[in-house]
Amino acid sequence: MNYSLSDEIKLPPPSSREVAGLSLRNVDLRETSRRRLKLKVQEFFIEKFLFLNGLTSIIIIALIFIFLFKEGVKAFTEIKPFQFIGTHIINFSGQEVFAYIWQPVGEQGKYSLAPLVLGSLLVAIPATVIATILGVGSGVYLAEIASRRRREWMKPVIELLAGIPTVIIGFLCLSFLGTAVQNLFHTSFRLNAFVGALGVSLVIVPVIATITDDTIRAIPDDLREAAYALGATRWETIWKVLIPAGISGITASIILGMGRALGETMIVLMATGNAALVTLDIFSSVRTMTATIAAELGAVAQGSAQYYALFLVGATIFTFTFFLNLIAEVVINRMREKLKL
Amino acid sequence: MKCKRQLSGMIFEWTARSFTLISMIALITILGVLFLKGSQVITWEFLTSEPLDGMTRGGIFPAIFGTISVTLLMIILALPLGVASAIYLVEYAGTGFLARTIRAAVNNLAGVPSIVFGLFGVGFFILFLGRNIDKVLQTGLLFGQPAMLWAAATLSILVLPVVIVSTEEAIRAVPLSHREAAYALGATKFQVISRVVLPQSLPGILTGAILSVSRGAGETAPILFTGCAYFLPRLPVVTIPYLNIPMINPLDQFMELSYHLFIMATQSIDAQATRPIQYGTAFVLITLTFLLNLSAISLRIYFRRRHKRR
Repeated sequence: MNYSLSDEIKLPPPSSREVAGLSLRNVDLRETSRRRLKLKVQEFFIEKFLFLNGLTSIIIIALIFIFLFKEGVKAFTEIKPFQFIGTHIINFSGQEVFAYIWQPVGEQGKYSLAPLVLGSLLVAIPATVIATILGVGSGVYLAEIASRRRREWMKPVIELLAGIPTVIIGFLCLSFLGTAVQNLFHTSFRLNAFVGALGVSLVIVPVIATITDDTIRAIPDDLREAAYALGATRWETIWKVLIPAGISGITASIILGMGRALGETMIVLMATGNAALVTLDIFSSVRTMTATIAAELGAVAQGSAQYYALFLVGATIFTFTFFLNLIAEVVINRMREKLKL
Repeated sequence: MKCKRQLSGMIFEWTARSFTLISMIALITILGVLFLKGSQVITWEFLTSEPLDGMTRGGIFPAIFGTISVTLLMIILALPLGVASAIYLVEYAGTGFLARTIRAAVNNLAGVPSIVFGLFGVGFFILFLGRNIDKVLQTGLLFGQPAMLWAAATLSILVLPVVIVSTEEAIRAVPLSHREAAYALGATKFQVISRVVLPQSLPGILTGAILSVSRGAGETAPILFTGCAYFLPRLPVVTIPYLNIPMINPLDQFMELSYHLFIMATQSIDAQATRPIQYGTAFVLITLTFLLNLSAISLRIYFRRRHKRR
């Protein structure tokens, strides 16, 4: 007789001996143990299968590391390491000067990473600053000032901002914002680092705002109540108690935002003009590392020096963002332990 | 004194409020501009015809078709992997070193720049995997070139963290008592997972799937070099021999909405003259992603409420 979970179990009334001990009169012991064994083997293989699936994220991260660096390192066999800083060129007046130029196409490719790194920073830093001001402000407002009902619809709306495809933001920067900024600031480039930074900041405002909001709301009410009991106003509570208490979470959100800004591709590709200049002028046209890959990889011969150089640029961005993400993760984990979430 | 403190508090609170408003105004402006300029272009013909005259006239049907097929293929690849991964994380991994490493890897994967995925897609999927498949199967150059399959694979590792995190959240929300009840009835671990936990977390998994489809449909950088085409005179469709059933051909290149918008805005013959097409494409793209996002958000709210009531 087989018992399954759903069957109604009908047994004859137990004898006193059976009640005292466990009786398996109607159960074929061999059958049961065979089924047990089958299930055990099945469970074993399912667990191993799920385990392998669980490893995929680690494997993918490892593969990204391996493949970017494998191709990137080959750049050093084609190009002298020193050339990644700059090259000696002869300028128009016939003097030999040291120049920081990225110009992989041509008789002799020039592979200075300086304009690209500088371009990336010139977009990412202003974008992070703008997004920090807007994002932390919004996060604080959502967490402490807004009424519950308002918060409930405002937060998803701000999160929707992160759902806009970046190519659309890039397109609007190109067609719309660039002209507006030029008319406002009378810049010589219509598409420049500042336009790119404005576009990129839109993408990272939701990142900073939601993490700030979550952090501040996770702070225990004791702190708020203590501050109010001492006679602090709401703003003083926010400024002197809640923000210092949640500063690690807010910092982590800014670091994460910075990582996103450095890695953003489509917006900067479309909005910054893509001229690889060495400059600190925010209204100048720049070319970021990400945009360089996006613009050049399509037309490059596999196995050429430029091809490997582009992978090296990719490896550089990956390393940058990897460490920024790692730092943010460590900071958030520490905060979780401290606040015991 | 008190008055001054309250005044400064008011000023600061209004500043925070206005920052929130600025973010929301930015969103509304973007949507408004796209709606005003895009809706004028949208006609039935625009949605169902092909680009004409060197892409200066005509519609965007191949791009819509390509976007839908590549995201479908992407979610077919990403969903099983992500769900299995999340089940392992919640039900088996515990809180040990391995679990923490996997979680760190998932978080890091979510932060990898999209262009790096594009590079990885070229280096790993096309040049390593594709070329080696060609070598083994003796197929010449069939797999070792940009194709929808590789674009979908690249996108699927991009959305994998989205799937994993939302599935994890959904599985965690299943009360422990339900699991214990099933164990008490003698169910094995996998029976508990497949018959108790998964059915209850299905809505959450669905939400994650919709969100990742929307994310995948909007991404451009990962597919730039892994399978997108500037213009294709045909749809990426193949007829299965003997059965005569048309099927999406995963080894063909394809047109895609976001890539189409990028190309039209930056590399068109006359970018000014084709602005209407660009706005139309942008409008279709954002409508697609927003409808997906909204349905995911409302699904989540609906199931959270239902969950609370129980």
